[in-house]
Amino acid sequence: MTLTSETQSDTHGGPRPSAPGSPLPAAANRADGERPAAELEAVERIYRMGSEEVHALDGVTFQVMPGEYWSVMGASGSGKSTLLNVLGCLDRPTAGRYSLAGRDVNTLSDDELSELRSRKLGFIFQSYNLIPQLDVLENIMVPLFYQDDETEPGEERARALAARMGLADRLGHKPAELSGGQQQRVAIARSLVNDPELILADEATGNLDSQTAAEILDLFDELSREGKTIVFVTHESHVAERASHVLRMRDGRIDDVRIQRAAHTRAGGSS
Amino acid sequence: MIRNQFLRSIRTGINSLMLHKLRSMLTTLGVLFGTSSVIAMLAIGEGASYQAQEQIKLLGSQNVILRSVKPPDDPNQGNQQSRVLTYGVTDADLERIEQTFPGVRRVVPVRQLQQEVRYSDRTLNPRVLATRPLYQDVTGRLVWEGRFLTEQDELTLNNVCVLGTEVARYLFPLESALGKRVKVGGNYFVVVGTLAPRMPGGEQQQPAGPEVTGEVFIPYETARKRYGKLQVKLRAGSRDMEEVDLHEVIVEVEHAENVPLVADAAREMMDHFHRKRDYEVVVPLELLARAEETKRIFNIVLGSIAGISLLVGGIGIMNVMLATVTERTREIGIRRALGAKRRHIVTQFLVETVCLSVGGGLMGVALGLLIPWVVEVTADMMTIVTPTAPVLAFGISAGIGVLFGIYPAWRAANMDPVEALRHQ
Ligand SMILES: Nc1ncnc2c1ncn2[C@@H]1O[C@H](COP(=O)(O)OP(=O)(O)OP(=O)(O)O)[C@@H](O)[C@H]1O
Ligand SMILES: [Mg+2]
Repeated sequence: MTLTSETQSDTHGGPRPSAPGSPLPAAANRADGERPAAELEAVERIYRMGSEEVHALDGVTFQVMPGEYWSVMGASGSGKSTLLNVLGCLDRPTAGRYSLAGRDVNTLSDDELSELRSRKLGFIFQSYNLIPQLDVLENIMVPLFYQDDETEPGEERARALAARMGLADRLGHKPAELSGGQQQRVAIARSLVNDPELILADEATGNLDSQTAAEILDLFDELSREGKTIVFVTHESHVAERASHVLRMRDGRIDDVRIQRAAHTRAGGSS
Repeated sequence: MIRNQFLRSIRTGINSLMLHKLRSMLTTLGVLFGTSSVIAMLAIGEGASYQAQEQIKLLGSQNVILRSVKPPDDPNQGNQQSRVLTYGVTDADLERIEQTFPGVRRVVPVRQLQQEVRYSDRTLNPRVLATRPLYQDVTGRLVWEGRFLTEQDELTLNNVCVLGTEVARYLFPLESALGKRVKVGGNYFVVVGTLAPRMPGGEQQQPAGPEVTGEVFIPYETARKRYGKLQVKLRAGSRDMEEVDLHEVIVEVEHAENVPLVADAAREMMDHFHRKRDYEVVVPLELLARAEETKRIFNIVLGSIAGISLLVGGIGIMNVMLATVTERTREIGIRRALGAKRRHIVTQFLVETVCLSVGGGLMGVALGLLIPWVVEVTADMMTIVTPTAPVLAFGISAGIGVLFGIYPAWRAANMDPVEALRHQ
């Protein structure tokens, strides 16, 4: 599932500088005709602070195909979180077009965006963002609460995910009673409970020690191998190395996109 | 599923409130006191007005009563020692009413004597009323034992008497009063009957003991003969003598709708023939109307107080909910990110507000039912809790919750998810 022709490159080589601001082809010529999970076209996000304008995103174009594992890097303030918010339908682009699972986000109402978030997206945050008064099981199930045709197997699914994350004996605990790593596992389980099209993680290991971070990253590798589509914002290059694609941001623009390996397909590709 | 969501939102709401138990408790206090004071005040007001109305009804709603009133002391009168004060409704007045007033069915004169009543070693000072047999019909008093006064008693000037409940109980606590001879002033009277209590529980009103309490009825003509018109009152250092023809004249009007007419005629006549204001015209029907008006005003005042206190309670809840919304901005952001629609957030906070106000309302109803009971037991006042009062108070408190919950919930729902998530 290649996206850009220019950076089909060595997996082990360091990040390769490319011409800043070079226009990235929107991969119009996709042979197999598969639908992208997420597609951005000249997306801009401008914050107005009085008379000043901050271009948090300044013409971003790229596609994430199903099964790809993207890692987004860049200096602080380069627009990574803004990009993730747009991808997550929490924020709308000021200009440009963004389609998630084939639907143009700009045309959707607030309710439809919420529906999209509860069905197609999974969020994992740096600070876990669990709801303090809910226990582990309830926290995992929150995205299901907001689906209008909530179905019964939701709880079984949540239990299974919790078990997979090694939280089977913690279901009744409140987030405050868990370690950071455990909380992040709950968050991951929560992001998976609705079987999302796209999993978004903003510095998901930023608050964890390297040992725990490695465990969490292994989990992401595992999810990727299962064919999940992931966009992962990180500061650390060793984290980025695990991804299939590395996207570098600078001043709201895409600085460089590097493809490190082929994406896993849902059918279960090689590792 | 919808039901499921609804139950869950209530459970979640209560859980969130339980996170801050003290705060939630204090928040409900406003509504709690608002609700309970509405119920309690309504119950006390209702009881008081019921009692007032019953007392007025005892006077007879079809009656017009003329009463003698001692005019204020005239300092120019000079010698205060031992003089005869003549005032009040006169026999002439009675005659005029009997003969000239149209639409009058019965007229009953009443004289009140200042006499001590004694039986063996027990004495008391009740109202000794000299009146005619018609008195019973006009006032609707019921006989308990024996009989009331009769025409025969008048004709033969019998020394007989009828005792009111309190007097009978005091003088004859253990035995029947019938046939006993009681001494009224200097004369002996045979008890021929006793009366039933005026209203159930009503006799508690009167102070107990040998004070001016209760009534003794003797035949009008007999009293005229035995005691005359002149009454001597012994007071500290002086001896007042009063000459009063009639202490009270009860005029029963034939048709209730003519009561105001007869009342006006009575006022006009009395005004014409009396130079001093030594009488009053009591119209129970007017008193009743006034009591109803008083009750109406009372209800308006009460309604305002209740409204204000519930308003204050509601504002208190809103205040706390606004703080809660700010405090839980991040949670709102998380929920929005995970797919909560605006209405889900609105529901969540509205449910919490309504839980607070309904909780306060329920406790308020409980307290509101307790207060009248305590008042009744301790203050010896009658209270009436009408079924509408708790329902109304509770409904209003729940309504307050919705009303004052809307704005905080709206604020919560309209937060920008990104901003909310960034909130610390
Ligand atoms: N709400 C906002 N109002 C104004 N400017 C904003 C707002 N949010 C972000 N920005 C600006 O947009 C730019 C990109 O911010 P963003 O949070 O996306 O950076 P980032 O790459 O995630 O940084 P970091 O690595 O520190 O998280 C920054 O210059 C920031 O100041
Ligand atoms: Mg960021």
